[in-house]
Order: sequence, then structure tokens, then C-alpha cells
Amino acid sequence: MKVSLFITCLGDVFNADTGVHTVELLERLGCEIDFPRAQTCCGQPAFNSGYHKEAAEAAKHMIEAFEHAEYVVGISGSCVYMVHEYEGLFEEGSEWQIRARALKEKTYELTEFIVDVLGIEDVGAEYNGVATYHTSCHMTRLLGVKEAPFKLLRNVKGLQLIDLPNRSDCCGFGGTFAVKMNDISEQMVDEKVNHIKETEADTLIGADGSCLMNIGGRLSRREVPVKVMHIAEILNARGE
Amino acid sequence: MPMQISEQGFKNRVEQGIEDDFMRGAVRSAQERLQTNRAIAAEELGDWEDWRTLGQEIRSHTIEHLDYYLHLLSENVSKLGGHVFFAETAEEANQYIKDVAQKKNAKKIAKSKSMVTEEISMNQALEEIGCEVIETDLGEYILQIDDHDPPSHIVAPALHKNKSQIRDVFEEKLGYENTDKPEELALFAREKLRQEFLEADIGITGCNFAVAESGSIALVTNEGNARMVSALPKTQITVMGMERIVPGWEELDIVVSLLTRAAVGQKLTSYITALTGPKLEEEADGPEEFHLVIVDNGRSNILGTEFQEALHCIRCAACINVCPVYRHVGGHAYGSIYPGPIGAVLSPLLGGYDDYEELPYASSLCGACTEVCPVKIPLHEQLIMHRKNMAEEKRTLLAERLVMQSFGKAAESPALFNTATKMAPFLTAPLSKEGKISKGIGPLKNWTDSRDFPEPNRERFRDWFDKRERRKSKNA
Repeated sequence: MKVSLFITCLGDVFNADTGVHTVELLERLGCEIDFPRAQTCCGQPAFNSGYHKEAAEAAKHMIEAFEHAEYVVGISGSCVYMVHEYEGLFEEGSEWQIRARALKEKTYELTEFIVDVLGIEDVGAEYNGVATYHTSCHMTRLLGVKEAPFKLLRNVKGLQLIDLPNRSDCCGFGGTFAVKMNDISEQMVDEKVNHIKETEADTLIGADGSCLMNIGGRLSRREVPVKVMHIAEILNARGE
Repeated sequence: MPMQISEQGFKNRVEQGIEDDFMRGAVRSAQERLQTNRAIAAEELGDWEDWRTLGQEIRSHTIEHLDYYLHLLSENVSKLGGHVFFAETAEEANQYIKDVAQKKNAKKIAKSKSMVTEEISMNQALEEIGCEVIETDLGEYILQIDDHDPPSHIVAPALHKNKSQIRDVFEEKLGYENTDKPEELALFAREKLRQEFLEADIGITGCNFAVAESGSIALVTNEGNARMVSALPKTQITVMGMERIVPGWEELDIVVSLLTRAAVGQKLTSYITALTGPKLEEEADGPEEFHLVIVDNGRSNILGTEFQEALHCIRCAACINVCPVYRHVGGHAYGSIYPGPIGAVLSPLLGGYDDYEELPYASSLCGACTEVCPVKIPLHEQLIMHRKNMAEEKRTLLAERLVMQSFGKAAESPALFNTATKMAPFLTAPLSKEGKISKGIGPLKNWTDSRDFPEPNRERFRDWFDKRERRKSKNA
């Protein structure tokens, strides 16, 4: 099965490791990886800030970049959801809208793809640690991928998973929100960090690099010794 | 604008909220209690998603045919002998209400809870002509005697106060001498209020839903105060926002079930009152004269726009009870009597962007509001639509518009994107220490004030992938 990897701009620039783990993981699960070089950013920063003309430009470009793909797999639920929103940026019934819908239909978030498309719940990973999992808002609520990450994590050998209290609360990232409303965002991420500390986990797992960048940044600032890992890295771990 | 509750700027209000530990403690515990109760009540009903869909359909149908249903309501109220007044503005509504009060030579007015009367500042208008207006909802009563502290929540207006603060208010203002036990506090207020009900010349109520087919007004309370307000005084005035209407009793049944479960996690509240016109000759109590004031105050401007769904709101506050922003800043930070997600959508619609331009940005777009709304208003999407309007009206900062324009260009040009991301580690290198950025500049400063920022990778993912491809083809 051929998979076109949607690395996301943050993934490309800040979390190259996550991409590497994703490639290795998907190849191990029998996929052939294609990386469309033309991909840039999904346009979400512009879309959420209300600049829909700019978001539509980004969308058109991404639609073209992935048009050849059989399956598109993204490593961030939030960016995948943005791709799912593309059709709303174009005129009803227009050609661009039809192309946007076609892209939506073949674009999946990583864990959703593994569980629902590949039909695999045990990827044969082993990770020895006590972890808690952050459910990202866009992935869970808007994209509707709720169970897949847990199904996969429950089958990771050696991993003890502890429930994160108030797990459905937002971590306070929210894209430009974190910068525009940094006072409020700080309170939100602080509460998230407090809940993570309560679990006494040594590892925080998430499926969205942007939330992890936010929570990780606060953990680092408060010098809380919790390792932050994208779920791809855990699923690609083979024990030590 | 009458809706406004503070002269201070948004940033100051947020700061005050964040620093108010008492308020934050009270809000946290209230949110958690209300969230849990709502979830249990939704679960208990079964098929909650189907109920929500039904709620959405009812609200959508009603608002689509609002003119028809308002006409029907008005006809029916008139047939029953009531008076109906359509007020286009807050001033018109207040003028009508003042005229009634003056005609009745009213001194004392007892009122039950109503957001629309807060919206139009009705109490103030009545006080200006010498009337004494007594709030009889316990939460509103507490705020009124606490020197008119504004409400911070649309269902539980005094949610920002804990019981010991309420005790202190009662002690200071009314000479209360007992403990902070809620039962004792409530009993004290009840004794005080009983006298007011008996003395009131006019009773004023809000309206949860008007029932068009019978000309009735349905009121949902837990304290029974709305019954006293509508049963004892000789004259009753009901003030309703023009969208607070259902076609008939069957629809009322559904929206009330959604309202009480979503608002407080109750199957039904202790009192659900339906008032149909003034008292008939053979009836023992009820008002001799009944006035229904239907308030537009900007609502009809929302009809037919991309914000029409905001008029579907049934004022349950479920969105407020799950909102993480509200949780940390409290209701007063919004600067409007409508706080939280629905407030951030409605306040700019009713009060304009000049006064409420920050509110649509006071959201991380986490979607918790949209998920719980019992009538499926896409609240976070409406916030994005406000942002879109403001960007198009060029209300946003020039710097931001320029950044977004170049973003758009970079996103559609792989070459530009490639150069920009390649440059990133070199541009941020001077700020970087031990693999992280702790003191950013420009917009990054707001991030690094509270969080470390990662250093961009020198080898981006695409560089790694290219290298691997080259290796592969060499080996092949």
C-alpha cells in the first residue's frame, strides 16, 4: 500500500524525528512511503485567524501536491482536520471543491490510518515506561479520532498507561491563541502540566506535535522531568 | 452599550480575573460539578445525540420562520387580553416598560431572572423614574445587594462568589448573623424576599420560551420565585428576546428537557411555569394586566447572516461550563453580560466589534463548546467567522495582515517555503541555548514568556528523506 506522508510544517522543521519514526513504523507495517516534496503548510494558522483567502491559497497548493496520492497520512490530527475543512473554502460545486473533497476522503491521521485502514491494533512495539496520553482537541472532537491511539497504546509491551485527569481540557495551544492570548494560554498549559505531574508518569505521549510543543515547552520551563514523545516514536520503539 | 459591564480594557480584565484566586476556585468547582451533572443527565436520557439533532431542527425551523411564529404568538396573547409590544431597540423597550410603571403608579417592582433585561439595562431605566426594582432570583439578589456586582454567568449569575463571600455580603448589607451554610443563607433571603413579593406593584419576568400556538410564556426556575412574581402583583410584564419562542407544546417539551439537562444536569427543574394571559374572572390569582415586550435590539440584523445559528441559543450555559478560557478568567473578563463562548459570539453581534473585538480571539478553538451545545450551534466556527470579518474589515494589526499575506505566499510556493524553513535554524541560532529558546523576540516573546520554544532542526525531515532516497538509489 502506498502512503503519501503529510509531514506538516511544524513536523518538518521542529520534529523531524517524528517523521523518521513514522516512516520506519509504516514501512514495518508494509507500506511504501512517498513524500511529496511540494507540500508546505496546511494553512491552518491563516484559516483560524480569519484569513481565508490566504488559507485557500495554501489549500489549493496542498490539493495539487497530494493529488496523485492513494492515501495521505498526517502526523497531526489538527492539520489533518484542516485538510478536511478545505472544501468549505471553495464555492459550492466548484472544481476546487470537488478536488478538496477527494483529498479529504483519502487523508487520515496516523493512528486512525493504522487502526481503521490497515486494520492493525498491535504494531509489535515495546516501550518500558509509565506514560500518560494527552488527547488533542481537534483530533478528538473535530476529526473524531477518539479510540485509535488508545487501542494502539494498550498493545505496546512494557507500557503502563495512566489516565490523565481532566484529559479533555485543552492544553492552551490554539495556534496564534498561545501568542495573542498568552496570559490565558499560560494558565491553561499550567493546569495541564499540574495534571501530568499528578499522574507521576515519566512520559507524556501525544499525537499532535503542536500540543506537545506547547506542553513540552511549559514542562521544560518548570523543569518537570517528563519525557515528551509523539505516539509515532512509541509505536516505533522496539524495547531497549 | 448597556450590555457592557466594565469600563476597563480587555487585558486588564483578564489580568484581574487570573489574579483572583477566590473567583477561580469558585469557578473551577462549579464548572466541574456542572460538567459532571450534565454528562450524567445526558447519558441518562439516552440517545443524547438524537435529542441534540431534534433540538437543532426545532430551533432552526423556528428561527427560519420567526416572523410567522412571532405573529402567531402576538395574535394569541392579544386574544387572551394581553398587550404585546415589539421593541426595536433597548430604549424603546425601556420606554414602554417605564410608561406602564408610571401608569400604574408603581413604587416597587419584583422581578425574576432575565438576561434580556440585563441586556437592555431595564433596572437602571426603572430606577431613574423612581421605582425600586427587587431581584428575586437568589443569585441576582446577592449581586444586587452587593452594590450591583454584574453577573458573571447566564444561568448562575453569582457563580464567581463562594458561600463565605455571600455570607459576608449578607452580613455587611443586611445584618445577617448566621453561618455560611447554603440552607441558612437561602432561608434568610427567602424571608426577606417574601415581604417584597407581597408589596410589589408590578412583577417582571423574563421568558425561557414563548409558546406560539397558545400565547403562553414558559419559565424555568429552581426557586419558584418566578411563580411568586407572576402570581402576586396585579400587573405583570414579561420581557423576551425575540428569538425565545417555540411553535408549540411538543417542541417546548423537547427544548426544556435539553435546557435543564444541559444547564444544570437536572431532568426537570423544580418549577416549570407556563403563564397564559392575564387572570380570568374565575381564577383566584395571577395578574389582572399582562404585557409582553418582545425585544429585537439587534437580533433581526443577525437573521439571514452566517451567524443566524447564534439565535438558536437556549441560554443553558453548557458552553460556558466547559470553556477552559472562562475557567481561568471568569465571566467578568468578557466585559459583557453574555460571557463564555456564546458571549464571545453574541456580544460582538449585539454590541459591535468596537466594544468586543477581543472576544472572538479569547478562545483556543478547542471545540468543547460546540461539542456540548444541546442545539448544536457551531460556536467555535462562529468565532472564526468573526475573526474573518475583522480581518476583512482590516481591524487586525497591519503587522499581522502582512505576516498572513507572506504566509499565504510561502504556503503556495515550495521554493519560498523551502528557503524559509532552511533558514529558520540560522535565524534563531542567536536566541538558542542548550537546544531551546527561552528568551524570544517579537511575537515569539509572548510564547517564551511562559514556555521554552524548540530549536528548529538543522536537518529538516525533508533533508533526511532526500538523503535516504539518494542512499537507496546508490545501493540499488
